[in-house]
Amino acid sequence: MKVVVCTKQTPSTTAVFTVDANGHVSWDDPGGKPNIVNPWDEYAIEEAIRLKENHGATDAIALTVGSEESKDALKTCLAMGCTEAILVSDSAFDGSDTVGTARVLAAAINKIGDVQIAVFGNRAIDGDTGLTPVQVARKLGWTPLTYVSAIKEISNGQITVERLLDDGKETVTAPLPVVISVVKEINEPRYPSFMGIRKANRATIPVWTAADLEVDGATGAEAAKVNWGHVYAPPPREGSVEIIEGETIEEKVRKLVDKLFEEKVI
Amino acid sequence: MKIADFTEEHEMFRQTVRRFVETEINPHVEEWEAQRIFPAHELFKKMGNLGLLGLTYPEEYGGGGVDYWYQVVLLEELGRADCAGVPMAIAVQTDMATPALAEFGTHEQKQKFLVPAISGDAVFSIAVSEPDAGSDVAAIRTRADSDGEMYVINGSKMWITNGTQADYLTLLARTSGEHGYRGMSLIIVPTDTPGFSVSRKLEKMGNHSSDTAILSFDNVRVPKANRIGPEGQGFILQMKQFQRERLAGVLMSISGMERAIRMTIDYCRQRKTFGKPLIENQWIYFRICELLTEVEALRHLTYHCVRELLAGEDMTREVAMAKLKAGRLAREVADTCVQFHGGMGYVEEYPIARYFRDARLLSIGGGADEIMLGIVAKYEGILPER
Repeated sequence: MKVVVCTKQTPSTTAVFTVDANGHVSWDDPGGKPNIVNPWDEYAIEEAIRLKENHGATDAIALTVGSEESKDALKTCLAMGCTEAILVSDSAFDGSDTVGTARVLAAAINKIGDVQIAVFGNRAIDGDTGLTPVQVARKLGWTPLTYVSAIKEISNGQITVERLLDDGKETVTAPLPVVISVVKEINEPRYPSFMGIRKANRATIPVWTAADLEVDGATGAEAAKVNWGHVYAPPPREGSVEIIEGETIEEKVRKLVDKLFEEKVI
Repeated sequence: MKIADFTEEHEMFRQTVRRFVETEINPHVEEWEAQRIFPAHELFKKMGNLGLLGLTYPEEYGGGGVDYWYQVVLLEELGRADCAGVPMAIAVQTDMATPALAEFGTHEQKQKFLVPAISGDAVFSIAVSEPDAGSDVAAIRTRADSDGEMYVINGSKMWITNGTQADYLTLLARTSGEHGYRGMSLIIVPTDTPGFSVSRKLEKMGNHSSDTAILSFDNVRVPKANRIGPEGQGFILQMKQFQRERLAGVLMSISGMERAIRMTIDYCRQRKTFGKPLIENQWIYFRICELLTEVEALRHLTYHCVRELLAGEDMTREVAMAKLKAGRLAREVADTCVQFHGGMGYVEEYPIARYFRDARLLSIGGGADEIMLGIVAKYEGILPER
């Protein structure tokens, strides 16, 4: 049983963004790396590795669609413990929306073959749509299991998971293969170890292009149903500070609560 | 600024160490500082699992077998922690108590002692200083007398970091009747040996999260097989080991200084006096830039030392210069940063107060400023004959 973890390189959580007059967005992180593995995906990577360690998966393969730079994200996956990493990169995919990306990922998963579970992070911190996992499931014809907070059991061609919903948890069972997207309650991601980093930097990461895949449907900016019409930085919020005065703590608290009611904060 | 010596792999490793510090050390600093100790066995095991405790040591013993630039990354990132006590205790394990063992120990010694030090299963201390012999190492009095295949150790050691929780000590003791720097040997002492005891845990001005102890040896019997290198060569081995200790101290201090200055910049941006942020006062921003310039210059002297050491050069003079400069600059940075914080710099709620207390050690530990000056004077040929 192979497990694929689909990951994405995103801007760092501490990156500083600049939007120019033409809507071009750039970013840098003076204190660290400008791009990182999507933080939600770290839980997915950890779970894929655990599926290998605890549930008999033969491979935990990291997969991403992106530029050559995305190899950095894949190296992190290898350093954490993934057994293999594949980059899918072609200018034909540039500007794809989530449907286009899902088509490419589904084609890559089919090419890998014998995959029983594709794991995703709940969403990416840049696009923040959370759509790609279910769209990949739709393209593959597999069952999507979203908001997964625990994998309970895998046996007899079935998987039982716990889903974390707004008003509680539910346990569901589905036949393999499945696409799952995980929430952060599922595990505590490990750090890339020193030896893992050494290994990752020596690994060869194959690059698959459009010619290597049988993508079903259109991709790229032309085919995208969603496009970015107008990108701009919102004006900074006006803030003000008011010190609550009073003779006693009780009086200050009373005034503060009145104020919060007045401002409809509570 | 990109430094050519650091590869992409070094930078990837930096992210792992940074994250380790942020998640495994910083959240516990307040508690460990208050308790005047941190759980060394627990933390070192986590570090050992990630391969952080033996980066430059041979792979045969569980080490990483990589160049010293990895250790530079580790030390720089540890120096960014919210306290200096825990990073110092880690550096005792990696850069003070084990380098001589790794370089001069026998295969059997490394199997027995270095392997658990690297895996984090054992905590090490370096036991050199004594109540009457700190920077003046040649004045130590603790004796290891020969008795067949055993040494019988008697004496006392002081200022011993990790002293209350160490499993092993790398101990410097006199193994002959000679005086001065002659007749000393480095010996690994298991702390569960009868006759060993912790006399007292010291209450220090800073580095509160690290335990520091006075140790007592009353007829402690240790096999001669635990001696590192030839008998009587301990002083020379320890001097070599000191070089690495000093370099580690300097590397941690540079990132610590930078952190303190950046915290001060943030504070001065937010703090308004006389209608404008403090940072807009020319005295403030000029002074901050002066300090950053000094820190940058020190960083490059230190990188120069690393490069030349790796090329096999004797850098005793330059490492002593770097240690001297680091100790004095850390005091200057700490004092200025507290001053710019005003009253807030004097209260424990602000981390700069802790930095002020912690930074003071660098001019004293690992050879005081005056010892560094003596080393430089000796290399310059201006040290008077005794």
